[in-house]
Amino acid sequence: MDLLKYSAKELSDKIKAGEVTVKEAVDACFANIDAKEESVHAYITICREEAYKKAEEVQKKIDAGELTGPFAGVPVAIKDNMCTEGILTTCASKILGNFVPTYSSEAVKKLEEAGVVVLGKTNMDEFAMGSTTETSAFGVTRNPRNTEHVPGGSSGGSAAAVAAEECFMALGSDTGGSIRQPASYCGVVGIKPTYGTVSRYGLVAYGSSLDQIGPLCKTVEDAAITLSIISGQDQKDSTSIPRNDLDFTKALVEDVAGMKIGIPKAYFGEGLDAEVKDAVLAAAEALKAKGAIVEEFDLDYVKYAIPAYYTIADAEASSNLERFDGIKYGYRTEEFQGLHNMYKKTRSEGFGPEVKRRIMLGSFVLSSGYYDAYYLKALRVKALIKQAFDKAFEKYDVILGPVAPTTAPKLGESLSDPMKMYLGDIYTIAVNLAGLPGISVPCGTDSKGMPIGLQLIADCFNENVLLQTAYTYEQMTKKGGN
Amino acid sequence: MDNASCRVLWEAICDNRKEPTMANVISDETIEYVGILAKLELDDAQKEQAKKDLAEMLDYIDELSELDTSAVEPMSHVHPTCNFFREDVVTNGDDRENILKNAPEEKEGAFVVPKTFD
Repeated sequence: MDLLKYSAKELSDKIKAGEVTVKEAVDACFANIDAKEESVHAYITICREEAYKKAEEVQKKIDAGELTGPFAGVPVAIKDNMCTEGILTTCASKILGNFVPTYSSEAVKKLEEAGVVVLGKTNMDEFAMGSTTETSAFGVTRNPRNTEHVPGGSSGGSAAAVAAEECFMALGSDTGGSIRQPASYCGVVGIKPTYGTVSRYGLVAYGSSLDQIGPLCKTVEDAAITLSIISGQDQKDSTSIPRNDLDFTKALVEDVAGMKIGIPKAYFGEGLDAEVKDAVLAAAEALKAKGAIVEEFDLDYVKYAIPAYYTIADAEASSNLERFDGIKYGYRTEEFQGLHNMYKKTRSEGFGPEVKRRIMLGSFVLSSGYYDAYYLKALRVKALIKQAFDKAFEKYDVILGPVAPTTAPKLGESLSDPMKMYLGDIYTIAVNLAGLPGISVPCGTDSKGMPIGLQLIADCFNENVLLQTAYTYEQMTKKGGN
Repeated sequence: MDNASCRVLWEAICDNRKEPTMANVISDETIEYVGILAKLELDDAQKEQAKKDLAEMLDYIDELSELDTSAVEPMSHVHPTCNFFREDVVTNGDDRENILKNAPEEKEGAFVVPKTFD
């Protein structure tokens, strides 16, 4: 069997059994990268030398019995907004185009301790602001399923790298759907954990109250394993939370009998593509056939999630991105007159149009006189949205719906109308506002062959319910049940 | 623009400000002020585009005013427990060399900034 077809877990098992070496796995990935990158462009930076060095170290530790974990020896990719010591970390922005961190983010560190080999850093929308990976300062990524289409975003490079078999797992980050939506567009599994589960230390901040790191994988099992590795409270992230049980693989049980699944009626209204709708409802039927109790319900405030999100996320972004001033790191303009002119020119030349748009809106809604009317109002609506989910989870274990209203659009179709692009986030965004875990699982393709994603949402700290439902569905589809 | 003239400009904007309603119109003064807050320099074409974009987004955000939130507290953190603090004890050493590694300009162990006063 072509070793690129293995899941991350299967590959690691083969490596530990001595059937495949870490170097062979890395070789296979780089050969595939060499063959596909010209058309896909999933990576911003490829670290060949470092990867081979690491592969040798990891192999030795595996041979010595020091590394026995489920991902020992697995080649992975990291979204380029997570700091990696000694490796360029650009956030797909000119302003960080020369930034080489002197430390690694906590999630990357934990993965490396588990014995993975980092192959490179993946492309993304600049500062994770976008839904197509087209706002990157380093060129677009193309969807490996059909290169005329976008891979989604903002973790589009990570999703594309997994889908194109240019790595076995990739980390992404999700502020409003940036893991789940590209996973859906590229036909891979992506999970955004409960807010606070994975340390944000070393993740370049966008909307700090919404950002979470999570994996993009080939299988639900790989997602559960990654989550088990990278989760945990961290003193370096004051919003990280204590959780008792971080072994998410226990949830990999094929059983949804008696599971209560709610379908929000508003998620199936106007704007949803008919083929996406049919595929998602067919998935619901399949779970019902396995014994789940599936019913429709009214989820309140659905339409207010997007305006509330863009107010809060952009406000936080405007504050977070103040640090890019041309003094401490990153780009500095060539010619300037005085300090303030240097700040302005550096930032104007360093940031792309979408980032500027969001910084300006964020600055506006936080400004004196507008703070109450916009920013505080959005935080009040966020509370209402959270209450609506609390009410839903009194009745249901899982909420089921689509990830995005359509399959992946063609390149160049989205950026001309930012508002339309924002509206595409309708099903994913409320999950971030309410801090909930959400997963995207492939549930078929449309008539053009583009993947469709099923989104499952659970209450805070209930990743296990999410993973169990997703795993059960995935096993059914593998057996040809759907 | 210095702080005093910035303040005057802002007061003028506040005086002319309407309550948030549908169809926002962003004035030249407002976009000028947002540029100052955001520390961005925009040329005329970019300013016009920014005025249009900002107005369109605000029209959309104004949908939130349909909701009566007078009895709702603003929610900044979703979990009831927040802020996980460590003991206030220094654990890192002198990291000056690393911190300066990415500086666009450094001199004798310090960041170099443009002259800030005459």
